[in-house]
Amino acid sequence: MADKKFSGTSTYVSTDDLTLAVNAAVTLQRPILIKGEPGTGKTQLAIEIAKSLGKPLYEWHIKSTTKAQQGLYEYDAVARLRDSQLGDARVNDISNYIVPGNIWEAFDSVEQPVLLIDEIDKADIEFPNDLLLELDRMEFFVYETKQLIKAVHRPIIIITSNNEKELPDAFLRRCFFHYIQFPDRNTMQKIVDVHFPGLKKTLLAEALNAFYKIREVPGLKKKPSTSELLDWIKLLLAEDISPEFLRAEASRKAIPPLYGALLKNEQDVHLFEQLVFLDRRNSRTSS
Amino acid sequence: MLIPFFFLLRDGGIKTSITELLMLLEAMKSGLAEESVEEFYYLSRVCLVKDEAHFDRFDRIFAVYFKGVEDSLADLMQDVPEEWLRLQAELMLSEEERAQIEALGGFEALMKALQERFDEQDERHEGGSRWIGTAGTSPFGAYGYNPEGVRIGQPESRNRRAVKIWERREFRNLDDSIELGTRNIKVALRRLRKFAREGAADQLDLADTIDKTARNAGLLDIRMVPERHNAIKVLLFLDIGGSMDDHVRVCEELFSAARSEFKHLEYFYFHNFVYESVWKDNRRRHAERIPTLDITHRYGSDYKLIFVGDATMSPYEIVYAGGSIEHWNDEPGAVWIKRLLKTYAKAIWLNPEPRQRWDYTPSVKIARDIMSDRMYPLTIAGLDDGIKALR
Repeated sequence: MADKKFSGTSTYVSTDDLTLAVNAAVTLQRPILIKGEPGTGKTQLAIEIAKSLGKPLYEWHIKSTTKAQQGLYEYDAVARLRDSQLGDARVNDISNYIVPGNIWEAFDSVEQPVLLIDEIDKADIEFPNDLLLELDRMEFFVYETKQLIKAVHRPIIIITSNNEKELPDAFLRRCFFHYIQFPDRNTMQKIVDVHFPGLKKTLLAEALNAFYKIREVPGLKKKPSTSELLDWIKLLLAEDISPEFLRAEASRKAIPPLYGALLKNEQDVHLFEQLVFLDRRNSRTSS
Repeated sequence: MLIPFFFLLRDGGIKTSITELLMLLEAMKSGLAEESVEEFYYLSRVCLVKDEAHFDRFDRIFAVYFKGVEDSLADLMQDVPEEWLRLQAELMLSEEERAQIEALGGFEALMKALQERFDEQDERHEGGSRWIGTAGTSPFGAYGYNPEGVRIGQPESRNRRAVKIWERREFRNLDDSIELGTRNIKVALRRLRKFAREGAADQLDLADTIDKTARNAGLLDIRMVPERHNAIKVLLFLDIGGSMDDHVRVCEELFSAARSEFKHLEYFYFHNFVYESVWKDNRRRHAERIPTLDITHRYGSDYKLIFVGDATMSPYEIVYAGGSIEHWNDEPGAVWIKRLLKTYAKAIWLNPEPRQRWDYTPSVKIARDIMSDRMYPLTIAGLDDGIKALR
């Protein structure tokens, strides 16, 4: 079944360890839990896996109010009551009012699908525990119709987490785990190349310089990540800012242009401005 | 072969289970890591470690356990054909570096010196500045920092490169050796949930709908109810600074767990004991103070009160006016805390000091008396008891 191997796509740069982790999950048909800083492409990964392996993708985005049951199925009692009022014949069959959730749909898929369970840590603390059996055996029971739903093909399940809540041990035991590390300069260069193929080398180098400098600022609430860098480069291109200008700004120790794309937090901008100011003053007194 | 490795991991504090070991073996059986040690490293990490904070620990244990692999590879390095070395060196060196070699007497001289040292040296060597080996500053060897160094035994073998990956220890920063316990604390705090339906009615009340529809002679009468929310309201008073510095970690865990568990949580800081004012922002604790009386007026008596502090101080700080170590207090702390307790009937004090030590500190005893014995140690069991008392 796992005849094809994942190895990144034309729009997604996958490191060796990530590739291996994904292939392990695909081969053994176990869920894989992906953690990492926001904006390092966790959600994107599932989309790219589905694309590169040519499999259908089912996405289930978790919110703080999401219940595990909603991923399996929901019983639409209101519709049934309404139909009974209208004397509809459908009302006699309860299965007409069972609405399958994302997991059910993925289990029913004719070919092996990719199922993304996005941001599992957003849900209630017991949420992962409610899905243990479903993820382990890939089956569940519909009480209303006394029907056992079993996965036709065990889906490739990608679970992402932002680490807002700790996940229970029993849940972790059943998954592969991969932590997407923040890309180093070389990988970052590859990522940017993939997204902006014609980008001038000099502009990229200057942009990366400024970017990693901001990331090194201590005490930032939200460090800018890959997606922010890509947005920023898009803006730089749109505004037609030259690499020379970027470098000149850096040597003047000014705040990089269009920094709003990189720093998303008022306190961070403030902190950064303060540091730049201090830095400039220090270099002035020392020179 | 992997069983000793498995136990080494467990001894090293990575709580990996048999299921995970079997998973790794299964993965190896299906040929996922056949090509190199590097792949095996990634695969075993994917299977056995479920927390990025443990990656560094894993790297170290992996390095220790698979040291044998590395050493056996090192032995292979002795037989390096000179021809190949020369080629390699020429390929590796930049224009500038070649100029430096010239300065040392040229490539021939360097090679001669290398040959001499090969003869002198008869065992594997790492570090140092003279012998041939890895990670040193001698001009000869691999992974060195000497700009004119000749790389010996660092062929493009993937095995060699793999050994380096865990030696790089990229995840060192993540392992702060703090075993986060917030999950346990959250589970304990959950007991304090009191569900109530408030706000907009957006959920179908099935039982009521059927009941009303039946009473309505079969005409559909849909009943909606608001969603259930945790209606518990908590005031949290945290002791900060001084002797509490030892307990910062556990207090942070409690705080972060409480923050996400209770929708209605108000927190305040105090130092040693509660007096006429408290504060919310530690950096501006002298500028922005909140009068304790305002708190009792502002928050209704349905709030539950949780003090967190070690209650370890001089007894004067509790029972005498002017006893505070930070300022002149007109009324003793005991009076203030009694005022709070009068407004909020449900109150507990969580003490991070172990219970055995309480009896040796008079101030703890006074605080306990004021709280009418509702003081609990800040452990999971103590928290459980405390939550019971709050309900």
